[in-house]
Amino acid sequence: MLQKSMVTLDGNEAAAYVAHLASEVIAIYPITPSSNMGEWADEWSAQGVKNLWGTVPRVVEMQSEAGAVGALHGAVQAGALATTFTASQGLLLMIPTMYKIAGELTPVVFHVSARALAAQGLSIFGDHGDVMACRATGYAMLCSSSVQEAMDSALIAHAASLESRVPFLHFFDGFRTSHEVAKVERLPVEVVREMINDVAVQAYRARGLNPDQPVLRGTSQNPDVYFQGRETVNPYHAAAPEIVQQVMDRLGALTGRSYRLFEYVGAEDAERVIVLMGSGCGAVEETVAHLTARGEKVGMLKVRLYRPFSAAHLVAALPASVTRLAVLDRTKEPGSDGEPLYKDVVTALAQAFAQGERATMPRISGGRYGLGSKEFTPAMVKGIFDELSSPAPRSQFTVGIIDDVSHLSLTWDADFKADATLGVTACVFYGLGSDGTVSANKNSIKIIAEDTDNYGQGYFEYDSKKAGAMTISHLRFGPRPIQSTYLVGTNEASFVACHQPTFVARYDMLEKAREGAVFLLNTATPAAQVWDELPRTMQQTMIDKSIQCYVIDAYGIAAATGMGRRINTIMQTCFFAISGVLPKDEAIEKIKAAVKKTYGKKGQALLDRNYQAIDATLAGLHQVVIPGTVTSTLERGLTIPVTAPEFVQRVTATLLDGHGNQLPVSLMPADGTWPTGTTQYEKRNLALELPQWDAELCSQCGKCPLVCPHAAIRAKVYPAELLAQAPAGFRHATVKGKDFPAGYQISYQIAPDDCTGCGLCADVCPIRDRTDPSHKALNMVEAGTIHAAEQASWDFFLSLPEYDRTQVDPTKIKHAMLLQPLFEFSGSCVGCGETPYVKLATQLFGERMLIANATGCSSIYGGNLPTTPYTTTAEGRGPSWCNSLFEDNAEFGLGMRLAVDKQTEQARELVTALASALGDTLADGLLTAAQDNETGIAAQRERVAALRVKLQGMTGPQARLLESLCHQLVKRSVWIVGGDGWAYDIGYGGVDHVLASGHNVNLLILDTEVYSNTGGQNSKSTPLGAVAKFAASGKATFKKDLAMMAMTYEHCYVAQVAFGAKDTQTVRAFLEAESYDGPSVIIAYSPCIAHGVDLSNNLRQQQLAVNSGHWSLFRYDPRRAAAGENPLQLDSNAPSVPYREFIASETRFSLLTRTHPDIAEHYLQLSQRHVQARFELYQQLAQLAVQKASGGAK
Amino acid sequence: MNLTTSYLGLTLKNPLVPSASPLTKHLSTARELEDNGAAAVIMWSLFEEAVTAETEAMARFLDNQDTGFAEVGSGFLPQHQDFTGALDQYLDHLRKLKETLEIPVIASLNGVTSSGWIRHARSIEQAGADALELNVYYVAADIRHSGAEVEERYLNLLRELRSQIQIPINLKLSPAFSSLGHIVAAAAAAGANGVALFNRFYQPDIDIHGLRLQSTLRPSTSAETLLAMRWLAILYGRIEGLSLGATGGVHTAEDAIKLLLAGADVVHLCSVLLQHGPAQMALILNGIQEWMTEQGFESVDDFRGRVSALTVPNPADFERANYVSILDSYSSAPGVRV
Repeated sequence: MLQKSMVTLDGNEAAAYVAHLASEVIAIYPITPSSNMGEWADEWSAQGVKNLWGTVPRVVEMQSEAGAVGALHGAVQAGALATTFTASQGLLLMIPTMYKIAGELTPVVFHVSARALAAQGLSIFGDHGDVMACRATGYAMLCSSSVQEAMDSALIAHAASLESRVPFLHFFDGFRTSHEVAKVERLPVEVVREMINDVAVQAYRARGLNPDQPVLRGTSQNPDVYFQGRETVNPYHAAAPEIVQQVMDRLGALTGRSYRLFEYVGAEDAERVIVLMGSGCGAVEETVAHLTARGEKVGMLKVRLYRPFSAAHLVAALPASVTRLAVLDRTKEPGSDGEPLYKDVVTALAQAFAQGERATMPRISGGRYGLGSKEFTPAMVKGIFDELSSPAPRSQFTVGIIDDVSHLSLTWDADFKADATLGVTACVFYGLGSDGTVSANKNSIKIIAEDTDNYGQGYFEYDSKKAGAMTISHLRFGPRPIQSTYLVGTNEASFVACHQPTFVARYDMLEKAREGAVFLLNTATPAAQVWDELPRTMQQTMIDKSIQCYVIDAYGIAAATGMGRRINTIMQTCFFAISGVLPKDEAIEKIKAAVKKTYGKKGQALLDRNYQAIDATLAGLHQVVIPGTVTSTLERGLTIPVTAPEFVQRVTATLLDGHGNQLPVSLMPADGTWPTGTTQYEKRNLALELPQWDAELCSQCGKCPLVCPHAAIRAKVYPAELLAQAPAGFRHATVKGKDFPAGYQISYQIAPDDCTGCGLCADVCPIRDRTDPSHKALNMVEAGTIHAAEQASWDFFLSLPEYDRTQVDPTKIKHAMLLQPLFEFSGSCVGCGETPYVKLATQLFGERMLIANATGCSSIYGGNLPTTPYTTTAEGRGPSWCNSLFEDNAEFGLGMRLAVDKQTEQARELVTALASALGDTLADGLLTAAQDNETGIAAQRERVAALRVKLQGMTGPQARLLESLCHQLVKRSVWIVGGDGWAYDIGYGGVDHVLASGHNVNLLILDTEVYSNTGGQNSKSTPLGAVAKFAASGKATFKKDLAMMAMTYEHCYVAQVAFGAKDTQTVRAFLEAESYDGPSVIIAYSPCIAHGVDLSNNLRQQQLAVNSGHWSLFRYDPRRAAAGENPLQLDSNAPSVPYREFIASETRFSLLTRTHPDIAEHYLQLSQRHVQARFELYQQLAQLAVQKASGGAK
Repeated sequence: MNLTTSYLGLTLKNPLVPSASPLTKHLSTARELEDNGAAAVIMWSLFEEAVTAETEAMARFLDNQDTGFAEVGSGFLPQHQDFTGALDQYLDHLRKLKETLEIPVIASLNGVTSSGWIRHARSIEQAGADALELNVYYVAADIRHSGAEVEERYLNLLRELRSQIQIPINLKLSPAFSSLGHIVAAAAAAGANGVALFNRFYQPDIDIHGLRLQSTLRPSTSAETLLAMRWLAILYGRIEGLSLGATGGVHTAEDAIKLLLAGADVVHLCSVLLQHGPAQMALILNGIQEWMTEQGFESVDDFRGRVSALTVPNPADFERANYVSILDSYSSAPGVRV
């Protein structure tokens, strides 16, 4: 046996390591939580890491999972060893081809980090819904339940697939295993080599398509042979389980880790047994060990090979003594009388019993658990065993939730702890996403796990928000391998760290602390005064649990040592200094070594700064003396106003308080419909600096509300008399311009709890004080100095009426910004480049908008619980929003349009039919209304209201029908929103078809030029030379010119905009696009944190993009062609800034100059020529003479 | 014909030296410069500010990519094993230029803090640079700082640097000094072996639609040589051992000849090479040679400084009176009342 090599990595890396070694072609498409596997493979290939056969695997990113599996199918048919990585909807997109691959008996392995499927809502988290949808494809399904198994089973899958000719789907639980960091034994390359059978490889290659030995596969078969052909594969599937077991045995001989197809753990004479697969096995195994140690006759059957399902192996593995079984499925089949594993086990045992292979038939219960990464703990497992002990265990149950609707859920004793918690050091760390807590903890695990004999485990809870996201790191260390596949629970942590002072007032962090635990708090308050600032309940817990409290002013030390707001190494140093996991000096030496490894190549100054911070930390760490009595009157938690809707009070508030797990089924909307307008209750108070308005200096241009990504600065114009109730300090000025009634006031008001402090409003403000140029009409000031006053002002501002929409000229920025944003306080990044466009659309059209939103950033900040940013006017109107999938969004939006058009048409038919009863004036008005501006729309709303009144007094089916359809008589605005990943790649076919259809829809493409939501993968929008995942050495081709492609249809309105470069052009484009009775597409430049720029420079980057020619501004309006004008209007000038200057300002480009300088320079030259040529092409097109034509969409 | 000239203690084959520009970023282009007659090359300027900003950006966007958002667990940009920092890349390139070229290679630094300058300068000396040019690109925008303070800042940097490195130091100066001759003399005393006159500051422009600044890059024109020419003429022969370089606006052989006549030891070229390529250097060199033949000069030394303040009959012509008479002789365009 070879020397053991222990490494600390996560499940994705573990599986990808083997897959890369055993493959020649890797075709992928990013999808959470599997993306990292593809990224690892790509990175290794980029570094020249070779596979078992001494060549670097070719990694290709496709336009969708359907594309990836298509490429894979081709690769395997051509005889290359191939693999892919995917999950969830991505796996579903592969299913059609999976049937083909399996039908052709083609060895291949798909590594899947199993994830929930989108149903009533999307979930990025783990369960087996996706893999279970593949069980009929003919793929073998091999499940890993830990990080070690993810590596070992990956190899088993590759080896067994080649030997059995059955394609394999190797899966493990998304996040719980894919993202758990653990200390495991790395499979030596020699072992991987030894496990792959060369004879099988040769045979496989020989079957590849080859013109020298031509064959034909994929015939079209008729009734005479199809059925028989389908049965030919039986022997291969029948043989597969034994082949897998043999492969497992070979691996066991080489590594000492032996696996069984069905592995039994527990009492030999067990009466109660749980059957399951996946990461839940860890929690069950711990519970079984705990209970058997106390004499209970319990056990667990771990399923590894789920397909082909070997009933014989299952029956053989199960003790004959078993009388009660619970078969757990981490999936749901609505309408079925049981989930798949349950039914397979029932069938297997029933057959065995009927055929006399088993003397008794156990009573079998089927249970669902862990959907969407719901926690699954030993306490729940104990609850299941208890249920099995009851006289009549339920045949169907759920565990982990409170189901007060179907009453299927089991109860459990939350205080139950398995013995496994003994001898394990558990720690939890509460941090902000951006403060580096997660990275520091991953590093700490590496230090402890790789430099000591301890085993380590790290699991990281993330947030649903992109700005100000909270993370909770769960770390465990101990002398034995750690199987605890659940979060650090109540009273388990011996170390709790709070990296953000503001969390103290919001979260009950000490709930997880055990008796005598250490609590480390980052605060600027000196140790002697900290006690007085803690909430009452926290003080009580500290006393009750004898907590040892330490404080560090991490932000102070970071600022003093030039670390900015980066506190990760400081907090990490504190952890090692207090916890005693390692000798302090040794730990500090290792932290410094890690810092050197990270920053060594980047600059001495960075190193020095980190070293100074580490050294300063030890001097700044102080213990707090805990008094014996509670002195605080502060209460923890958030306050929801009593005026909030009941749903918000009962559901949203619970979610916001972090207790969503306690919500019963009855409080969940049955069909996934959630109320809009709930971000206003979240009050995240993230901003360190807030903008302060100087009413006297302000020119009232309206640029500040336009650029605000979070709708946290608003404008209102209102009669002066309303100021009578204004709080002191409320700022206002007489509105300028003849467009407004004399004496009316204007206020630009911030929402201090909702502002993220990005500073874009102050950045865009063009007005400076002539006597003090550093003072603008908007200035960022320390939040604390104005927060309370601004809060009072905001509350008053909300009470002011909205300005009459019919009096607004939306072509003027100042006017347009008086329209209420119906998209507010989203969870998008600080300084987000996308949300200002979405917000603008809701201002202009929100009252009558239907939005089809592609999955991606915009669906996450648009619809990620706990709160929803789309909101309503005082009249209750607002965008109605829905997300279907990533790939089908254009079609989804077209469907909305078709529904609206059809129903409008019928409503008009009914109005015509009922004209005499309705009155000709009303009927004529309804049918001939010009709804091309706000006045016309308002008039039509009044007519529809009058129609409703009329209809109430009418009888007959037509009246009732019209009543249900008459809302469609008010013009609807259908918007299809998504990012470039959707529009350029996965959804492009649909985008193209919808544009070609000629229907009146508006596509808003938020172009970040990269897959932002899944973490920066290359898309066809990515520009030449930009570094992205799967383009590590720079994108080698030019960005797709989607606008040009759309223009070739000649009936589409097409605009390319960048609000930070020319806001008036952006607003004009939105208005023109919406007014055009045909397909419109707006491609909106959206700076993104994935570009490697500080988004406080969002506007500057847009200007650079436009001025360098990277992003030309133009509008193509088919109506102009119809009028004899050139339809194309170029709205930006010839490139005036060297392209070099643009790319130097963004890390996505400048990184290439540090890694591949020659390529970078080559791409730069090409890009410079390209932007110039493209501008000239557009310029020439815009100057062409055009003959008057009929034009138009329809 | 002898075109050699002495510059910063180096003997150059002729007085044409391409100034700091991206042209040296490619070894092949640098080679072309040499083949077309360049007597030395000055590498592109390593801006300390840019190096620091880039270091910070790389650290932030590569190493501190935590977002806290579950789908972006590993950050946005791929990690690279083969990452080379800006300074290391500069030094690597310097070494390669030294291996590739036979002519001297002069490095160029632009910095704002004394520690930064010195750390980089030492590395540059160790990497084999024949000389170091300090490209002082500093806009004295703080109205509280006097001219004397700004000058002292430059001189302190020079003194510190001189105490740390042995290779010649050339100071590239802007014309924005109230007593240029004085600062040049003081620079020589502080350790400068030469000065280059003058640095061009890229001037921001105003976007009247966006009501904001925008950056511009306009190539120089021949007209810009006149300012340097005057000061070269004034300084020629005044400061013992100090080399004089002329930079900014040299586009033709005629421009170069004028600057040499005024007293330059070398003439730097930039915009003309960026616009027309390295071959333009050979044309200018030919032009100088043709002119020398016409004029009967055998060597550059024969005519250097022939039209300087030391040699012209009326040195005051280089001074203010000149300005007044020129203005008086200027006639306005038709229809414009002066």
